[in-house]
Amino acid sequence: MKRRLFISRLLGIVLGLLGPLSGRLRGSPAGNAATPKRFGMGIQIDKCIGCGRCVDACKEENAVPQEPFYFRTWIERYSVKADGDTIVQNIDERITPPREVEVDRDVLRSFFVPKLCNQCENPPCVQVCPVGATFATPEGIVLVDDKRCIGCRYCIQACPYGARYLHPVKKTADKCTFCYHRVTKGMLPACVEVCPTQARVFGDLSSTASPLTRFRRMNKTAVLKPHLNTEPRVYYSDLDGEVR
Amino acid sequence: MNHPWNDLLRQVQGYIYPNEIEIHWGMLVVVYPYLTGLVAGAFILASLVEVFNVREVHAVYRLSLLTALAFLLIAPLPLLLHLGRPERSYEIFLTPNLSSAMAMFGFIYAWYLMVVLLLEIWFTYRKDLITWARAERFPMRWVHRALALFSNDLSERALRFDRKAVKVITVIGIPSAFLLHGYVGFIFGSIKANPWWSSVLIPIVFLFSAIVSGIALVLLLYMLITPRRGEKIDMACLDKIASFLFYAVLVDFSLELLDFIHRLYESEESIKILSDLVMNKLFISLVVIQVLLGMIVPLGVMVSIKLFHFNEELRKLLYFLSAILIQVGIFATRWNVVVGGQMFSKSFRGLTTYKMEMTGVEGLFVSLALLIAPFVVLAFLLWILPPWEKKLAVVFSSGSQAVEPRGDIPA
Repeated sequence: MKRRLFISRLLGIVLGLLGPLSGRLRGSPAGNAATPKRFGMGIQIDKCIGCGRCVDACKEENAVPQEPFYFRTWIERYSVKADGDTIVQNIDERITPPREVEVDRDVLRSFFVPKLCNQCENPPCVQVCPVGATFATPEGIVLVDDKRCIGCRYCIQACPYGARYLHPVKKTADKCTFCYHRVTKGMLPACVEVCPTQARVFGDLSSTASPLTRFRRMNKTAVLKPHLNTEPRVYYSDLDGEVR
Repeated sequence: MNHPWNDLLRQVQGYIYPNEIEIHWGMLVVVYPYLTGLVAGAFILASLVEVFNVREVHAVYRLSLLTALAFLLIAPLPLLLHLGRPERSYEIFLTPNLSSAMAMFGFIYAWYLMVVLLLEIWFTYRKDLITWARAERFPMRWVHRALALFSNDLSERALRFDRKAVKVITVIGIPSAFLLHGYVGFIFGSIKANPWWSSVLIPIVFLFSAIVSGIALVLLLYMLITPRRGEKIDMACLDKIASFLFYAVLVDFSLELLDFIHRLYESEESIKILSDLVMNKLFISLVVIQVLLGMIVPLGVMVSIKLFHFNEELRKLLYFLSAILIQVGIFATRWNVVVGGQMFSKSFRGLTTYKMEMTGVEGLFVSLALLIAPFVVLAFLLWILPPWEKKLAVVFSSGSQAVEPRGDIPA
């Protein structure tokens, strides 16, 4: 009787130890990095010259429809006037032909703001997707599985930043992926790569040596619509209070 | 540059995010909450009879139930048609995302259809189905026998069980009806990105507007169908329904007023663009149709009916007109919430326009067809499950067995 009790207890202890251990064993060879990468982007507004190369590169790289209603990234031009009025324009040539860009002598300050998906830490789009087609990768990048998306467009409604559109051919939601196909191979997103003034900085938030961490160390940054508690991972420096 | 939206670009006022030019939830998504609202409202009216024992409205009890069923059967169609990939809609049942309000649709819908409506209708009609089947010939005999699920027990004990079951289901049904439409309101009210929608009051406003529209619909149906059957409209019943309608409109109006005052008083960041939205884009549909014609005028009419003792004919006419105005008003409410909520930019700097198509899936004709379809279904249901005594007597006059009169039918 005693022996049987001993054996059964021993078995229990061994099994109890094996459970958590097996998980650790399974985890160790696959997880080649101790902490997973968490990608983000920094945007230095004062460096943006509004050339629009990032928009073109994005459309080219990701086969974004050329019509001026679909953008994964776009640039806004803000003109804050002396009377307090602020004029915002999308300077893409497909929307606003260059000669129609308003020129006003009464402008106090003017600047460009590149916009894109904020890859939120608390993404409302992921929360509302009824079928789980929109999801966050381990790196924190929010993607759309176009094989699963049913095209209900709830995520488009839930995005506070207007970063999503319905792909006119696929009829599924589409958005910025931080060029996931490039960054997972160690390359930069297309928009970052082509920016002639390095207004866009891309990197790993969890690495102390990444350009993004340096950017955040050297600049006072802010995110868009912080009151919505989406916790964006696109950080702006020199962000004007007029920008929404 | 001849994309149809290029015209829209020229109509944009101020600045909108570039992806916002497309209004994603159009006419079909307006029709959907309108239909489910009618379902919930009609059911609430029916439950007044069963749970709150309002004897006067017995005449419309079965009509309300069948109306709720007819509209519930059509309600998912606009949603399905509006999907970009409708062939994948089943994924909402197979792999629902539990944090999504929309994913709950399938479960709430199935619950409401299977557990509440079908069961209640079955228990309500079981006795009659058996009685009819006994008196009928092929094929209706078999239709009714099948609908009774081949039950054949008319003993006092079985009938007592039926009555008890109906009562229990109705008690479960009231919170379920609240859930059905409150949840539709939650789909909008929980979107924090959109200040026009994001309000804890939205589900409650939806609920009461649903009750308003459902009662008004049953009132209209009762007034239209009864004379066609060669019957006299029961004024006690009509007055009672109208009275409930009056109080429901009053509550709905107060809630919307509260919402309006609350927004205005808080004057958050979005107040400027929302004022622009109301004054520029929604003036006719919100101020004129929804509030003035859909609420204030009917309320005024019904107050005057209560104050002055109009004769029956005038009362009928006024009830009828009020109910139509209320229906139009509630449809405008759905429009103002769904489409209105997408006509301003989330940058709060500009307004866009909704250009409704005529043809095409999202077009006007499909929406009209979807609004008419429930009435076709209802006509079929009324034929196969007649809720009236008189018609039965005619139908079964040749039958061998007389149909015993039901207590809940007014003379």
